[in-house]
Formats: sequence, C-alpha cells, structure tokens
Amino acid sequence: MTPSQTTAEIAVIPENINTVQFKTRIRPYLIIAPALLVTIGILIPFAMSIFYSLTNFDFRRRDYDFVGLRNWIGMFTSDVFWHALWVTIRYAFFSTGFALLFGLGVAMLLTSIDNAFSRILRVALVFPLMVAPVISTLIWNLMLNNSVGIVERFLNLFGIFGFPWHASHGTAMMTAVMIDVWVNTPFVIVLIMAGLQSLPKSPFESAKIDGGSAWFNFRKLTLPILKPYIYVALLFRLMASLQEFGIIFALTSGGPGNTLMNLSLSAHQRGFRFFEVGISLTYILFLWVVIFILAKQIVKRWQIAQRTATGRMADGSEG
Amino acid sequence: MKKIKILLCIALIAALSLAVIACDNNDTPATPDAPAQDVTPPAGSGDFDWRAHAGTTLNIMFNQHPYADTVIERIPEFEALTGITVRHSVTPEENYFDVLTLALNARSGNPDIFMTGAYQIWDYAPAGFIQPLEDFINDPARTFPGYNFADFYEAVVGALRWDLVPGNMVGTGSQWALPMGFELNNLAFNQRIFDEHGLEPPRTTEELLTAAKALHEFNGPGTYGVALRGTRNWATIHPGYMTLFATWGARDFEVVDGRLVSRVDSPEAIAMTDFWVELIRYGGPPQWTTYTWYQAGASFGAGNAAMLFDATCNGYFQNYPAGASAESGNLAWLPGPLPPGATYSRSNIWIWSMAMNAYSQNQDAAWLFMQYFTGPEFQAWAGTRNPDAPRRSVSTSAEYIGVVGASVGYLEALEADLPHATIQFTPQPEFIQTTTMWAATLQDLVAGQYSSTEEAMRNLAERKTALLANVEIPQ
Repeated sequence: MTPSQTTAEIAVIPENINTVQFKTRIRPYLIIAPALLVTIGILIPFAMSIFYSLTNFDFRRRDYDFVGLRNWIGMFTSDVFWHALWVTIRYAFFSTGFALLFGLGVAMLLTSIDNAFSRILRVALVFPLMVAPVISTLIWNLMLNNSVGIVERFLNLFGIFGFPWHASHGTAMMTAVMIDVWVNTPFVIVLIMAGLQSLPKSPFESAKIDGGSAWFNFRKLTLPILKPYIYVALLFRLMASLQEFGIIFALTSGGPGNTLMNLSLSAHQRGFRFFEVGISLTYILFLWVVIFILAKQIVKRWQIAQRTATGRMADGSEG
Repeated sequence: MKKIKILLCIALIAALSLAVIACDNNDTPATPDAPAQDVTPPAGSGDFDWRAHAGTTLNIMFNQHPYADTVIERIPEFEALTGITVRHSVTPEENYFDVLTLALNARSGNPDIFMTGAYQIWDYAPAGFIQPLEDFINDPARTFPGYNFADFYEAVVGALRWDLVPGNMVGTGSQWALPMGFELNNLAFNQRIFDEHGLEPPRTTEELLTAAKALHEFNGPGTYGVALRGTRNWATIHPGYMTLFATWGARDFEVVDGRLVSRVDSPEAIAMTDFWVELIRYGGPPQWTTYTWYQAGASFGAGNAAMLFDATCNGYFQNYPAGASAESGNLAWLPGPLPPGATYSRSNIWIWSMAMNAYSQNQDAAWLFMQYFTGPEFQAWAGTRNPDAPRRSVSTSAEYIGVVGASVGYLEALEADLPHATIQFTPQPEFIQTTTMWAATLQDLVAGQYSSTEEAMRNLAERKTALLANVEIPQ
C-alpha cells in the first residue's frame, strides 16, 4: 500500500490488493522456478548415479543387488583405474597448459598489432570453435594418415616418412593433445582478447612516461588485470580436458594398448561396451569429485584476482 | 511491434523445426485397408496371408552397412504387400551396439527388429532381449510355404543357434537370429602388383610372410604388403587373426572343472601370435593400430596394400562394381593361408543377422518382415548386389555366379573355406571385454611393450581366466 492510497480506495479494491500481494509473494518463486527445475533435473540423475554405483547394475540383467562399496574398493585397487587417472592428469595438464600459453600469446599479438592481416586472423582463428571436436578429430585423422594425409606429404618435403602420430604408444598422447589445443585455443584467445580490450589506458601511459619496459608492463600491469580472464579460461579448459572423451574416442578409442584410456573412456567402456553400469559410475563420480574440488579452488582464486584487478583498474596508478 | 516480431520469429522457427523433424522421419505410411497393388507376393506364398497384420507399425534398427541398404531399398514393396508401416533408423557401426543395447535394455519393445552379429547374441540372449525364432519358423500358419529354411547354409544359420551355456560352441539350442549376409575371412591380393613384382600369390603362412616382407614399400613410402585391422576392439581379433588362430590349432577357452580357462597361452596360440606380430611389423600398415574395416579395405582398393587378410566382402566391395576403387578389376582371392601341418583354413565367420525383440508387441508382424527379407526371393535379388549369399539356392544361381564369379577366385575361395567355417570363438558372456583386452595386448606386443609373445599371452590368459572366474557352467 502506498501512502497516497485512501481508506476508501482500500475498501473498494480489497481483491486487487490480495492479487497484488499474491503476485508479489509468488514472484521470487517464479523467478527461480526455471533454475529449480534445472537443478532438480541435475540432482535426480546425480543421486541415482550415487545409488547405482553401490549396486551391481548391469545392462544385461533385469535385477541388481546392493553391493555396498564393492565397486568403489574394486576401482581403487585396480591398476586400470590408476593408469586412467594418470592419463587423465597428463592429458589435462598438457592440453590446458598449451592452450593457455598459445591463447595468451596469440591474443596479445593480435591486440598489439592492427593491420589487415591481424584483422583477418582474428576472424579465421575462431573457425575451429565452429566445428564439433569429433569432426575436427576425424579431419585430423585423415590429414595425419600416412598414405593420403596432407601432413604426411608436408613432412615428406623434409625427409620425414611415415611419422606414426596416434598409431604409436610414444606419440599418441602428443597427437591427441595437439588436436585438443588446435580445437580449443581459439576459445582462450577470444576470452583473453576480451580482457585485453578492457585494459585501462592510464596505467600504461604512466608506465611509458616512467620508462617501464615491455616485460615490466606485462608482468606488473597486464597480467594482474588479465588474471580473472585467465582463471576463467583455466576453469573451462581444465574441466573440459579432465573429462575429455570425444577427441580421444574418435582418434584411437583409448589405444594403442591402453595409452589414452583416461577416466571418461574407461567409464564409457565399462558402461557401454562391457555393460557394467555400477562400476562405470564409480569412475564418473570420482571424476566429478576431482573436478568439483579443482573448480572450487580456481573460482576462489578467480574471486581474489577479480578484486585485485578491479582495485588496480580503479586506482589506475599502481605499478 | 517488437513483441509481434519476436513472436513471429518463434512461430517461424517452430514451424521450420517441425518441418525438419517431419522430413527426417523415416517412415513411409502404408495403406492398411488398401489391397496390395502391383506387388507380387514372393514365389511359394500360396494362400499365405501377407496382409494379416495390415495397419501395424514396425520399428527397425539397422547398422550402417550395404546389407541394410538393400533391405531399406525394398521396404516400400514390403509395405505395399503387407499394409505394415515400417519406421527405421540407421546408426554407424562405431556406436550401433551402444545405442542398440540401451534400446533393448529399456524393454519397451522398440525396436521390434534389429540387426545384430552372432557374438552380440551371447550378451542379448541370456539377458532375455531376443525372441527365439523356432516357433515362428516351424509354424506353417506363420511362415509362407516357400520360405525354405533348409536352404540356408548350415555353417551360417547354425552359427546363430546357441544353447545359452557359456563354453558350449554355437550350433545347438534356439535359433536366435536369421542371416542377412555373412563374411568369411581369407586372403585377397592385387594381381597387378604381384605380376609386376614377379611374385606368386601366397598359399601358406610362410609364403604370406615372405611376400609381405618383399612388398614392403613396393611403391614408395606408405605402401606395404598386407592390410590388417588393428584398432583397440574385438573387430581386430575376429577377422584374419582369429581365422589363423583357429587354423593354427589354437583355442581361446577350454572348460576345466566347470570353469572357463583361457588357452591363449598355448604353444599354438603363442606361435601364431608371434607370426602375426612379425607380419604386422615387417609387412603390415605403418599405422596399423588405427586400421578398422574401412581403412584396411580402402587401402587395399587404393593400391597401397598388395594384400588384404580380412572379410571376404571387404575386398569385394573394392573390386565390384567396376570403378569401385582405383584397383577395381585387379583384385583376386585365395583361401586363408595355411600354417605348417594344416590342410584347410578354419575361417572365422561373421554374420549380419536380423533378430526379434523379445518385448516386441508386434511379433507376428515382425516375423512377416523377417521372413520377407531373409526369404529366397529377396536374397536372390540382394545376392547380385552383395556377395556371400547365405542361401544355397542363391549362391548356385546363374545370375549370382555371373556377377560374383567375375571376381577372380572369389567363389572358389569361398567354396574351399565354407565347409570348415564357423564361429571360432567360445561363446561366453564377456566376449567384448575379453577380445578388447586381446586387441590391446596385441597392440602392446607389436609396439614392443612385452619382452616376448609368451609373456604377453600368459599375462592375457591370466586376466581372461580371472575375468570369467565367476561364470558358472551348468553340468
């Protein structure tokens, strides 16, 4: 009720007031309803996954039994699991690391140089993002083929014949990471470029007057302000590379041998190839715990970096 | 005005989406009440009522394969004959069995019919997903008189029978599926390349290894002796490798005291695997671990490989029709190569088949579909497009011999191998898992990850036996 409303008005429209009050009360629930629905849509399968990981549920059997922690103990005592974890960590480390390094480097180059070539590159570099990673992998597969691949033809010019790429135990990880970096670096570039374009001019002008070197500018001005963007890129890339499935599956299905069998591929294999859904879910849930812990840590650091960067941008003179 | 524009856009998108979905729907509406027009029932139908289930809708799942293509091409005729509407989906092989397993596990009865291989029956039949077919086949009221089940080659149709007992070989028990087409595994070679290099086509394993080594980089880097599959799954084990494994006298499992014990570490198994590793290292594809059916066949057809030890029809599709590949017309076939002491090749067999969902609500209509597309008339038509006809009446027909016999040695090799062909694997519930382990071990072995073949095969045998330790075999 507003102060301007009279008693007579209130008496005349009590129903309207009820309606307004009802609408006011219901509004917050309506606003969060979609989020609630999505959350329920996530939480129900999540809870079911935890439940089934404690059973011997198998696609080939109608019934299943509660087996307690047997699947979990089986996973932690299995060489296959520890190998898969090691592959997951190595893959995530290299693919995320290289994507961030290349992304940062290319974004800085493209921002510092403005000519026709860099303008074309800014558009062209986004192309890999427009192709599904599995399709990119299939194309790479063809390009790396020793008989018909264009990369093979190129290497032939330098006297290199029959480079094994993903066919060999020694080079399969490198090949998968190379394709991952090719597919995902543009995402990092776009993100970092957005950060670079939001840099304030005044601190750089002050540093220029004071005779600050390019390295000094990068270390003391650019990097601290870019940190929140780098953390966002790290968060997305690390989460995705820890869960990587499509590129490896399309490239070698986890081979040669077990070279590229990471946690996601192991879970897929146990669930969909061997039908052992209960065991498969333990791999997926373990991966979820790892990602959750890492993501929480990165978000914490991102918040700190965000506050620091905002302070520097507002201050405009630090450094 | 802005809101109206937004609403119009949404309406337009919705309409377009519906149109796209409608176009994507793979069903051709049949006319249940209309009489069958211009469609002649298969020969030998007599008074059989092909329209007994008019108005029913069947859902079929196909793997992407030439055998499926020939069926799909003739679905409109089946619909016109029976008044049954057929909806079908086609899934690429890499994911086909994942999708199919999920669909069957739902126990909803959809799909009514699905394409399967014999090995998958060992998973699906014990799970109760597949309807046994003998009650349909032996019921004259359900099966048209001209179906002639006895016309199927026993080696082919028998491989789709199993008594559900792990360790018992195929050939007895219920008929779980019917063959659409089959594949043996033998040696195809490029006559042009062999002539140019003055080499004789190999008939023994020793000659095969010598020829493969001699043809290493026969036309520069990237060219090699023999194309073989090598990816990390069961498909690497079942063609050439399993054929030679059995011919060498090795077995994958034996039943000992009511348990399945792996025998991949027997002297024969080790000797054969040793030979195979040498063949790959010195005469196989440079990127062997990436070679699937497609790479092996295409490489052979392109003239990069001089030989192909794989499924019979894999090479055939590179040779026929004319212009199918760069080497079309130059390809020829021999029976599987023989190791010392062997007198014939024990080819492993693969059969693309049709099976009926045990939960289908339309089983009688589904049986009409199955008998139409595995019947003599359709098979005779399909036999001129795909080789390896599972019916004797087809493979001995003049038309089939005229078409398939044009590929040099193809029918002769088939004739030599078929009497000894069967599924060489021991049926057991962990077939996919044990063969995946086997393929991964083979990859490790070729890469030199083990000190010897014996060490690798002993390790593999231990793991396979341990995996099946809980599988009890009823006495």
